[in-house]
Amino acid sequence: MKEYILDTTRDIHGLYPHVHIWGFPIAAYLFLGGLAAGILLFATLYYLKGKADDMPFTVKIAPIFTFIIIMLGLMLLVFDLHHKLYVFKLFMTFRIESPMSWGAWTLVGVSIFSLLWPLSYIDDIEKYLHDRGWRRLDVVTKFIRDLEHNWLIPRFLIISFRKYRTFFAYILLILSIILGIYTGILLSAFNAHPLWNNPILGPLFLTSGISTGSAFVMWLSNNKKERRLMSNIDMALIAIELFFIIHMVMGLQAGPEAFKLAGSLFLGGPFTVTFWILFVGFGLILPFVLEAFELKGYHIPPALPALLVLIGGFLFRIIMVQAGQVSEYPFIH
Amino acid sequence: MRYGMAIEVNKCVGCADCVVACQIENNVPMGYSRDWIMEHVTGTYPVLNMHFESQRCNHCDDTPCVRTCPTGASHVIEGGIVKVAQDDCIGCGACIEACPYDARYFHPDGYVDKCTFCDHRVEEGLDPACVSVCPTTCMHFGDLDNPDSEISKLINSRENFTLIPEAGTAPQIFYLK
Repeated sequence: MKEYILDTTRDIHGLYPHVHIWGFPIAAYLFLGGLAAGILLFATLYYLKGKADDMPFTVKIAPIFTFIIIMLGLMLLVFDLHHKLYVFKLFMTFRIESPMSWGAWTLVGVSIFSLLWPLSYIDDIEKYLHDRGWRRLDVVTKFIRDLEHNWLIPRFLIISFRKYRTFFAYILLILSIILGIYTGILLSAFNAHPLWNNPILGPLFLTSGISTGSAFVMWLSNNKKERRLMSNIDMALIAIELFFIIHMVMGLQAGPEAFKLAGSLFLGGPFTVTFWILFVGFGLILPFVLEAFELKGYHIPPALPALLVLIGGFLFRIIMVQAGQVSEYPFIH
Repeated sequence: MRYGMAIEVNKCVGCADCVVACQIENNVPMGYSRDWIMEHVTGTYPVLNMHFESQRCNHCDDTPCVRTCPTGASHVIEGGIVKVAQDDCIGCGACIEACPYDARYFHPDGYVDKCTFCDHRVEEGLDPACVSVCPTTCMHFGDLDNPDSEISKLINSRENFTLIPEAGTAPQIFYLK
């Protein structure tokens, strides 16, 4: 005999009272994608402007981290899949309508180029490390040299990358902008969630991603000129971000009922404090003020505003992923 | 050929027979359901009005789930039925996020599962399991393209509504008032 216990309610895990299937890994992935896009954008942009030697950290050293950041993001993404063994299916097809599909392909391109970029700068990287008395990583640089000298395919890739660096820099610049925008468009493609279904999300996530990228460079660079420039850029980006955020909230408030409900999550709803105080206050306005004071000549450790921007950017993605899933079309009939 | 459903909300007593029939017919794992009953109450006490709605995937004409699927696992078959190819699904959850009706869920095996309008029964000329068991016969299934079908006549002759039409999905399940 077989016994069936039947469930007629709609109490499926992760679906009620509202959809909650995306959490920390997706938010972290969106943050890491934006951060990598920001770092690569500055590296390629300043290389193309001919400033590779003036800004060695931005152009040559910072991209080392992007490959690690992207791999970490991809690991989180695969970890979040429910049918993990089928992940290769993502790369068996290309669907232009699905942002996730072209995002996955963009990531492939970005991760290949972001690996080749620092590999092609191996001499400069080694010199940079030796100048600072770091010889512990010599094993790694030696391994990469071996790879370049003794293996045909890596040798071909690295040499051609070095030779046509300007061409690849243009491609990587475009890819990094696509990656940055994609982290926002991924969410704005879901019309079932009015908070996400918002065209400003693409530019907003791109700006936030570039801002975290500049904060990353500002934090780790020890070239004073570079830090100062990144600090200036970051201030401008924060101002643009604030403008986009106000624009987003105003747009939601001016929309139909579902959009008003979505906006009210930030205006008196459960996300009000985290959004306005923790993210906007401590993640945007405070670092902006600190950077302004530093430019005026006050001594402020650069790590402080940089870390605030980075934590703020991460928090912003967590809030958007969570709040977006809460915002739904109400049943009215 | 365009399959659709018409449900008379005033005849529905909320017995959930459709839910049970679906779970048995499609071997839906315990704790999950492809269709469900929504109790809808309007008004202010003591003047209250209540009706039940048997809800499921609306097999929309404009399918946000198929659009956002990165692998093409979510697809539309003949008759406008929206299905998931289990072997192409990576379980990313994009379609679950895209559906305004929350009609999709993660099967315990990892892939995304949903109502199929019982296409294996429809192929044989039968009604979907939920429709076939309804004790009040409040549910009707058929071809919306054929103006002479029972369902087309019901929809044309009676006042009806669809769920969340403002999401722009063009749902194909019609609730008759």
